[in-house]
Amino acid sequence: MQVTIYRYNPDFDQKPTYKMYDVDTSKVHGIMLLDVLEYIKANLDDSLAFRRSCGGGVCGSDGININGKNSLACITPFKELPEKVTLRPLPGMPIIRDLIVNLDQFYTQYNSVKPYLQTHSNPEKEHIQSIEQRDKLDGLYECILCACCSSSCPSFWWNPDKFVGPAGLLAAARFILDSRDEEKESRLKDLDDLYRLYRCRSIMNCTTVCPKGLNPNAAISKIRDEMIKSKTTCTEPHHEHD
Amino acid sequence: MGLWLCTGRFGYYSGMGNIVSILREKQFDAIIVGGGGAGLRASLELSSSGYHVAVVSKVFPTRSHTVAAQGGINAALGNVEGEDDWRWHMYDTTLGSDFLGDQDAIEYMCKHAPDTVLELEKMGMPFSRDENGKIYQRAFGGQTRHYGKEFSVHRTCAASDRTGHAMLHTLYQQNIRAKTQFLTEWYAIDLVKSESGKVCGVIAIEMKTGDLYFLNAKVTVLATGGAGKIFKSTTNAYTCTGDGLGMVYRAGLPLQDMEMWQFHPTGIANVGVLISEGARGEGGYLTNSEGERFMQRYAPQYKDLACRDVVSRCSAIEIREGRGCGPNKDYVLLNISHLGEEIILKRLPGITDLARTFAGVDPLKEPIPVVPTCHYMMGGIPTNPQAQVIDVQKGKDQVVPGLYAAGECASVSVHGANRLGANSLLDIVVFGRAAGKHIKGLLDNGYEQETVDQGALNRSMSRYQRWMDNKAGPSYSELRLRLQNLMQKDFGVFRTKEAMQEGLDGLIAIRHEMQNATISDHSKAFNTALIEALELDNMIEVAYATALGALHREESRGAHSRIDFPNRDDKHWHAHLITYTDGRVAKRAVNMKPHEMDPIKLKERDK
Repeated sequence: MQVTIYRYNPDFDQKPTYKMYDVDTSKVHGIMLLDVLEYIKANLDDSLAFRRSCGGGVCGSDGININGKNSLACITPFKELPEKVTLRPLPGMPIIRDLIVNLDQFYTQYNSVKPYLQTHSNPEKEHIQSIEQRDKLDGLYECILCACCSSSCPSFWWNPDKFVGPAGLLAAARFILDSRDEEKESRLKDLDDLYRLYRCRSIMNCTTVCPKGLNPNAAISKIRDEMIKSKTTCTEPHHEHD
Repeated sequence: MGLWLCTGRFGYYSGMGNIVSILREKQFDAIIVGGGGAGLRASLELSSSGYHVAVVSKVFPTRSHTVAAQGGINAALGNVEGEDDWRWHMYDTTLGSDFLGDQDAIEYMCKHAPDTVLELEKMGMPFSRDENGKIYQRAFGGQTRHYGKEFSVHRTCAASDRTGHAMLHTLYQQNIRAKTQFLTEWYAIDLVKSESGKVCGVIAIEMKTGDLYFLNAKVTVLATGGAGKIFKSTTNAYTCTGDGLGMVYRAGLPLQDMEMWQFHPTGIANVGVLISEGARGEGGYLTNSEGERFMQRYAPQYKDLACRDVVSRCSAIEIREGRGCGPNKDYVLLNISHLGEEIILKRLPGITDLARTFAGVDPLKEPIPVVPTCHYMMGGIPTNPQAQVIDVQKGKDQVVPGLYAAGECASVSVHGANRLGANSLLDIVVFGRAAGKHIKGLLDNGYEQETVDQGALNRSMSRYQRWMDNKAGPSYSELRLRLQNLMQKDFGVFRTKEAMQEGLDGLIAIRHEMQNATISDHSKAFNTALIEALELDNMIEVAYATALGALHREESRGAHSRIDFPNRDDKHWHAHLITYTDGRVAKRAVNMKPHEMDPIKLKERDK
């Protein structure tokens, strides 16, 4: 297997280069692309830098661009890839070193939607939530913040400081649709903005690449629906008088 | 370059007069090393109180290994049976621990479990729900009601089969709300101690720049998680390298019960990815090559929900006696297809994905190949139930001033010789919170920092300098692989004196070679080879402690199964084992004094 990897070390590189590694995959312990990267680091070149942690697709560390498509190295079987593979850091993000990108902007947008439950009540035991109410969180709470979606989104490339991006909006939807949350209106108001929400043009790259099979685009549609419902409710008296 | 000369606080010079490293400094009331469940629960307690606290984490917090926990968190809420009692939970935990758990600590954990879980729900944790809209609870291994008399109980609170993910994200989100300061992708190298022995913070490296810092803190909490990466085959993350344990060992403090490693019965064969005990909790079962549900034979009452140490041993025996499955007869099968698509996709969607991705089987139709796989470290840094780290001086417990530990890195000890499933998520939040509360009390009373002398800082940086200086010698990755293969071979499910002695000798040799081991990358920015090398220093200490304890304990108890000493021997070995980095081993009494109930007396475990 020929693995070509984007290399850049800010300590001494003026500009990035690509380096090709010839890997005998019969020597690789494991079946995933991450195992190939581990093999390269342990046996061929310990200066190759990439993030990884759980190795099972739940921690979201090893999002990279594999032959042009973002995914997690740890759940990409290398046998399903062509003989020649090119690995790049997630696009549209500042590069720290090799396959490691700076995700500060991504996290800032996530934080901006106040991704925590806001309630004013304090029940004696747990909040009661029906199975149906809880079902609404499925497909939203499972996000692992790997950034594969936001870094494949042209709207986010263009306005990373203003557009919340698919991951942040998925988190917003997770709280807007949580029956326990009591700040739905203020959450919607915060997103009712040309950039924060409405820069989403339904390009769908987010949904295509999500390694967890989530659908940020559908989540964004749900926020839009809630936005319309909320506005209709507010303006209803006017309609009646018209 | 052993000696460091200095000019003032910030400039550090080698003996040759060259600047080798600049040491910057930051001050905090408290630093927490580790951003998993225990660390984030502790930090939440402290930042909500307005203290200047920082979480130092080598990965972005939601990448911590808490995220991979699947099945759930135990609490005697009684949502299913209508009746449960934390005392029954305590009974199960104590028996599960094979009586090596400290009963005061187990009592504290089980009693506070319901509050702690309800608190998580109020923070927004997306628990699954039952028909009444309450937290969904499932069955798990080793759990009973009425002190072992009834074998059906649903005590494990779950968010589908992604409970750890739901918990870790919720705790991180609450820390965003509380404005906790994060030093993300910073790696703690070693503790800094004052002359009187008080812990005054850590030396840490900011990975992005490679800059070194003295994080000067009144209180240091270690919440660095497990160390399963010392084994070749493990369900643990790459990052589970026992960093806190290595730091404590090098500081001259002891580790406890390090021979106790849990092998999870259902790691996917050949890949080491975890399939939750929840699969059996929902009604799944194991079979051998003859299609026999073999756990019914070994444990007629608990069956497939016997304690993990028991099930793992039974699987290992089945494989050893030739009843393993597959071309090499080296695994057993986990069957869940009979549960039906609806239950599987609702309750076990995560493991369904994992089985498809890593084992290439569709669990809706076929069984999953599984083997006992290293999963959890019951031993660790000895602490009291307030999470204060303990040293033992002349046979007596002494609190180490300024140092706390919580979660998997700690041995408080609630798990003793074998942890019950879904008690680890409970452990981390209960004792993370306990640490936070105790530290808050300390700081409220004006706990002050001590000054640190130069020698202490220099000592704590020597390890960094060694890796940067070594130019010729074996590579760190070669030694790491040798270590992992050795541990897998000599310290697995079944142990003998001969194999372990060979293993210990091998470890001593690796430890010696480590002094000359090298990385070829000496650059500063995000040098992951350096971080892995520093992690390997910790792994070798953890492995050494494991070998010392395992060789010394001449009995079989919980996860420690010796072929040459097949029985539990309470007369000689009902005691914790503490070991030091210089090879000393000593016994420490197991606490048998709960405060609110009669002690649970030593007896054989039920089957």
